[in-house]
Amino acid sequence: MSRIEGIYALWLREFKVFTRERSRVVTSIFTPILWIFVFGGGLGSAVEIGGINYQVFIYPGILAMSVLFSSVFFGTYIVWDRKIDILKEVLVAPLSRTSIFVGKVLGGCTDSMIQAFIMLLISFALGVYLSPSALLLAILLLFLLALSLVSTGLIIGSLMESPEGFNMIVSFLVFPLFLFSGALFPLDKLPLWLRALTYIDPVTYGVDGLRTVTIGVSQFPLYVDLAVLAGFAAVMFTVGTIAFEHMK
Amino acid sequence: MENAIETFDLTKQFKDLTAVDRLNVKIKQSEIFGLLGPNGAGKTTAISMLCTILRPTQGTATVNGYDILNEPDDVRKSIGIVFQQPSVDDILTGRENLRLHAMWYGVPKEIRDERINEVLELVGLKSRQHSLVKTYSGGMRRRLELARGLLHLPKVLFLDEPTLGLDPQTREHIWEYIEDLPEKRDMTIMLTTHYMEEADRLCDRIAIIDQGKIIVMDTPERLKQTVGGDIVCLKTGIADTERFRKIDSVSKVEMKDDYIVLTVRNASENLQQILDVAGKIESVEIRPASLNDVFLSYTGKEIRPETGEGGIVQRIMRERTSG
Repeated sequence: MSRIEGIYALWLREFKVFTRERSRVVTSIFTPILWIFVFGGGLGSAVEIGGINYQVFIYPGILAMSVLFSSVFFGTYIVWDRKIDILKEVLVAPLSRTSIFVGKVLGGCTDSMIQAFIMLLISFALGVYLSPSALLLAILLLFLLALSLVSTGLIIGSLMESPEGFNMIVSFLVFPLFLFSGALFPLDKLPLWLRALTYIDPVTYGVDGLRTVTIGVSQFPLYVDLAVLAGFAAVMFTVGTIAFEHMK
Repeated sequence: MENAIETFDLTKQFKDLTAVDRLNVKIKQSEIFGLLGPNGAGKTTAISMLCTILRPTQGTATVNGYDILNEPDDVRKSIGIVFQQPSVDDILTGRENLRLHAMWYGVPKEIRDERINEVLELVGLKSRQHSLVKTYSGGMRRRLELARGLLHLPKVLFLDEPTLGLDPQTREHIWEYIEDLPEKRDMTIMLTTHYMEEADRLCDRIAIIDQGKIIVMDTPERLKQTVGGDIVCLKTGIADTERFRKIDSVSKVEMKDDYIVLTVRNASENLQQILDVAGKIESVEIRPASLNDVFLSYTGKEIRPETGEGGIVQRIMRERTSG
């Protein structure tokens, strides 16, 4: 009971901070919106992929991207919390490290999912119709993506001592994850080397799953996408609890 | 009576540096115990080990009867901590900070509000409880942290430099709260400080610590007696110290800057004799021995109160809230 309450309190702290720092939401929504309307709209005026307007084609990829960026960057807050010693208060409380990790993960997933919901609303503006079941599947896929990537961000955050170091590592990680995910191009006609890289990028399966449920274009069966994402989330979550156990 | 804190050869080694070197102390229940020493003496490291934040390299300790190595959870439930660096969340209100703390420490729901009101009242922050902490002054933050440390009724309270960088008036207020705690709340307090007057005012017993080792440990009164009298500072035209050594009541003679510093038994009675020897003087000052003199006599160094710490933290906070 007290453990659940401790986790709830950890989540509540993250949620309150998130709702007070509205700039966090605005800035994290801003980039994906630029991608959809400027890059997608611009290229979409001339390009179609498989009979689908390019802007619509990249929409699922940009959904995944918004979750990718906000989730991994969530790890930066733990670096800040440690730097200004807020984290110490939590670390010295009678809470297990696993509880602390779970509370932080839930906080980060909440942030990312709120942004994902805003991004899902954009489907109306693009004329993408989502049935209730498609919407539920999209939310599930986005949540699995958020869970694994928030864990990834927190793992890196638990190892880094400075926010600058964190940002550097994360930039090296996040952009390849985004570019190799096929968010911006179809996967079926790629040269072999590029295809191999897209197949090992876990975000690819999130993009593919979202594409399947939102616009009906897919490379892999949906169950493969779900299985890979669930596996990725399970691995990162486990590694995260271990990383927090060893965090100083 | 069982000891609230007991350490057994508690040691922390950082690479080449022995930050805490075989610390052995026994702190009785309801005692206010002070670790006094200059910056870098190992005070915070010692407290961090007792709070289970740092693992000792060697030795162990018990806090409230629980072993810090084997029963860290029980230790954590028994203690309250006010860290040297501010650790309240400045994007939350004072009350929110306390509420989260209560939930982390498992303060039962039914008494949570009551406890929060009580500690807010105690530190005089009730009227500002719903303001964001970033609008608080340094003294208010410190008081909030003290309130937070008391919220879950800890058996042992650790205060790491509780009044560092605060103005004299705020410091006086905080001292008043701390002083009452052992009796009113049945609490044992261990504090670190490099302010002599703080240690003198609050502590039942003091351990003077330098380079990780306890140099001497006793009540403030007895420590001051070990200096062997009062301190007389003279400024004379002649910087000759030898002539003072012949006076019976003088136990120690030193030159410091332009001043001759004498340690004198019953200075008020023996002053005339000293002045006769001194001849023409420019100034004279008599004061009772302070803990600084104790520290000086044991280590040959002074404890220098430093100011302006925390500047870095404030800068980081600004960066964080603006970025």
